[in-house]
Amino acid sequence: MSRPATELIRRGVARAGIRHELDADGWLALRDALAEEPELDFLGLWAEEGAVHAAFHGPDGVLLATLPVTGGAFPALSPARPAAAWFERAVADLWGRRAEGGTDGRPWLDHGRWAVTAPLSSRPAPNTSEPPQPVFLPATGPGVHQVPVGPIHAGVIEPGHFRFHVQGETVVRLEARLGYAHKGTLGLMRGKSPRAAARFAARISGDSTVAHSWAFAAAAEAALGVKPPPRALLLRGLMAELERIANHLNDWGALCGDAAFAWPQARCGVLREGLLRAQEAAFGHRLMMDRVVPGGVSIDIARSGPDRLRAALAGIGDGLPALRRITEEQASLQDRLSGTGVLRPELAARFAAGGFVGRASGRDFDARRNGAYPPYDSLAFEVPVLQAGDVEARLAIRVAELEQSLALAETLMARLEPGETLVAPPPEAMRAGEGVALVEGFRGDVLCWMALDEAGLIRACFSRDPSWLHWPLLEAAVEGNILADFPLCNKSFNASYSGVDL
Amino acid sequence: MSEPPENASQQDAAAKAPWPSLRQALSGLSWPPMLLPRLTCNLLRAPLTESGPPVPEVTVAALAERLEAASRARLGRSLAIRHVGSGSCNGCELEINALSGVVYDLERLGLRFVASPRHADVLLVTGPACRNMTEAVQRAWQCAPEPKWVVAVGDCAVDGGVFRDSYAVEGGVGQVLPVDLVIPGCPPMPGLMLEGLLALVEAQREDAEPQPGPLRNEPEF
Ligand code: SF4
Repeated sequence: MSRPATELIRRGVARAGIRHELDADGWLALRDALAEEPELDFLGLWAEEGAVHAAFHGPDGVLLATLPVTGGAFPALSPARPAAAWFERAVADLWGRRAEGGTDGRPWLDHGRWAVTAPLSSRPAPNTSEPPQPVFLPATGPGVHQVPVGPIHAGVIEPGHFRFHVQGETVVRLEARLGYAHKGTLGLMRGKSPRAAARFAARISGDSTVAHSWAFAAAAEAALGVKPPPRALLLRGLMAELERIANHLNDWGALCGDAAFAWPQARCGVLREGLLRAQEAAFGHRLMMDRVVPGGVSIDIARSGPDRLRAALAGIGDGLPALRRITEEQASLQDRLSGTGVLRPELAARFAAGGFVGRASGRDFDARRNGAYPPYDSLAFEVPVLQAGDVEARLAIRVAELEQSLALAETLMARLEPGETLVAPPPEAMRAGEGVALVEGFRGDVLCWMALDEAGLIRACFSRDPSWLHWPLLEAAVEGNILADFPLCNKSFNASYSGVDL
Repeated sequence: MSEPPENASQQDAAAKAPWPSLRQALSGLSWPPMLLPRLTCNLLRAPLTESGPPVPEVTVAALAERLEAASRARLGRSLAIRHVGSGSCNGCELEINALSGVVYDLERLGLRFVASPRHADVLLVTGPACRNMTEAVQRAWQCAPEPKWVVAVGDCAVDGGVFRDSYAVEGGVGQVLPVDLVIPGCPPMPGLMLEGLLALVEAQREDAEPQPGPLRNEPEF
C-alpha cells in the first residue's frame, strides 16, 4: 500500500526526536499527499512561536509534522482534511497565523472581547475594534428560517450558541458557534513546570479530568524521559475506567430523560452518585481531579478505597440488567433513539472520530488498544463497534463499554501491589525535551503535546479533546432531523464545550 | 457522608424495620404472586433520598440582612433557580446536575431549576467571568425579575480560580454581577451547594412578616 503523506512527513528533518519538519514546498506537497492517503487520520493542528504543528495517526502511531512559519500565513490543510478547519480558525484567533486557502476563515474563539488580538503570539496587538457580529453559513430555500439558541441554554449545561436553519420542523443546517468558555488555558500553561501546569490540564474539561491529566502527564513524562511507577499506572487505569463508568451512566440516564423516560435517569443518577462517593472515599475527590500528575499519581488509594469502589461497582453491575431491559425493550424509547441523528461511517472515518461517536459509526479505534499504553498492554478487553451511527448505536456502545470497564476496574484493583506512586523529575539540566501522548478518555482519544525549555518549563503545550472532531460531525448528523430531536442528538455526542474552547 | 444507597443497605434497613411481620401478613393475601415480593420490598425499603443538610445560622443572618436591604418582597419558601454557565470547565455543572437527582432531590426543598432567567429568583453562576460571556451573563441578570439573588458556585466563580490571571477572564463572577452568596470548592460538593441554597430560603423566612407595601400614587382619572 502506498502511503505518500506518511512517507513525505517521515522524510522531513527530525526535530526533538518526535517531529518532522517540512519546508513550505513540503507542506504544500503534504496537502496533496493527504488527499491521496485518506487512511492517515488527522488528529489536530496548532501553533507556537515560529511554527505550526499538525498531528496524524498513522500505522506506527502518532506522527507529527512541523512547518516553520515566520509571516502571517501558512498553507491550509483543510482542503484535504476538513476536520482541520476548526483548528485553523483557532490558530488564526490565538496565534494570529492565517491558513491560506482554508475552507473557513471566520473567527471562532476570538469574539472580539479580549483586550488583545492573537493573545498567544509573541506580540499581541491591542484590540481596538468593537466585537463583530458573528457570520453564519447560509441556507436558502422556500420557507427556510433561523432559530438561534444560546449561549445560555435552558438546561444546566455549558455555554454555546447553536444556529439552526429550519424548514418547517426539519433542520436544514446546524452551526455551532462556540468559544464562549475560552479561558486562555494554553497561555496559562506556558512558563510553568509540568507539575504546576497540571492543574490547568485537569480543568480543560471537568468530566474528563482524569483523561486530560493522564495525557498531559504522559506527554510531560515523555519530554522528561521519566517512567511512572507500576502502581501509579494501575491507579491511573483504575481512575480512567471509573471516569468512563460515571460518565457513561450519566449520558445513559440523560438520553433516556431527553426521551421522557424518567426512571432510567433516576436510577443511573443513584448508581453514579454511589460511585462518586466511593471515588471520594478512595481518592479524596468525587471527580478525581488533580490525582493524575506528571511522574505518577498525587495520592495513593485509601486503604478502604478498593472495598468502597467494589461495593459501588457491584451495585452498578446489579442495576444494569433492568436498565438494559428498559432501554432495549421499550418501543416508545426505541422509536426516539433508533434512526435519529445518523452519522455516516464515511464521515466518521474522514474525521477520525474517536470514542462512542466513531465506534458507533464503524470506526474501529480505541487508543487503549491501538496505542497499547500501560496498563492496557496487559489487559484483555473488546472494542465494541457498530455501523448504524444513530443515537441508539452511540448509546449501545456506551453500555457495552460500561460493562467492560466494570471488569477492567476489578482487574486493575486486583493487580495493585504495594509500591511507589510518584517519581521525582530528573535533575534540572536534563529537563528540556518534547513529548506527545494519546490517551483514551470516555469521549475518545485525548491528545497532548508538550515542549519544555532548558529550565524544564513549558515552552508550548496543546491538549486536544476528542470534541474537536465531534462538533463538526454533530452538525452533519443533525441535518434532516426534526428540531425536537436535537437535544437527543446533542446528548448522544455529548461533546465538551470547555474542552474545545480552551 | 453516609453510605451510598445500595441494595445491601436497603435490605439491612428492611431487616431493621419495626414491622417485620408485615411481610408475613401480606403473604396470606391472594395478590398476584409476582407483584407481592416487589410491593413488599418497596414498602419496607428506606428512601434513596437523603435528608436535607442543616443550614448555618450565620449565613442565614447575613443573607437576611441583604434581603432586607434589597427588597421587602417575600418569595415564599421556594426559589426558582436559573443556572448560568459563565465558562466553567463543566465540573461544577456535573455537581449541580447531581442536585436534581433522586439522592439530593432539591425540588422537595422548594428549589427548582427553571428554563429562563425571566422565571428565576436565583442565578446560579458557574465558571470564571469569561470575557466572551460577559454580555450574555449581564443580559441574563437584567432579564431576571427583582428581587433576585446571584450565587457564585465554585472557586472559578468566586475569584476566577486557577484562571484568574488569564487575558480571557475578568476574574470572579463578582466582576460582572452583584454576587450575594459564594459557594467555594472545585467543584463544591452537592451537599454544600444545597446548604447554600437552603440558606437563601431560610433568609426569606426570617425576613419580617409581609409588610403592606407603601401606598402608590395612582394617577387619578
Ligand atoms: S471551580 Fe473547578 S470544577 Fe468548577 S468550573 Fe472551576 S475548575 Fe471547573
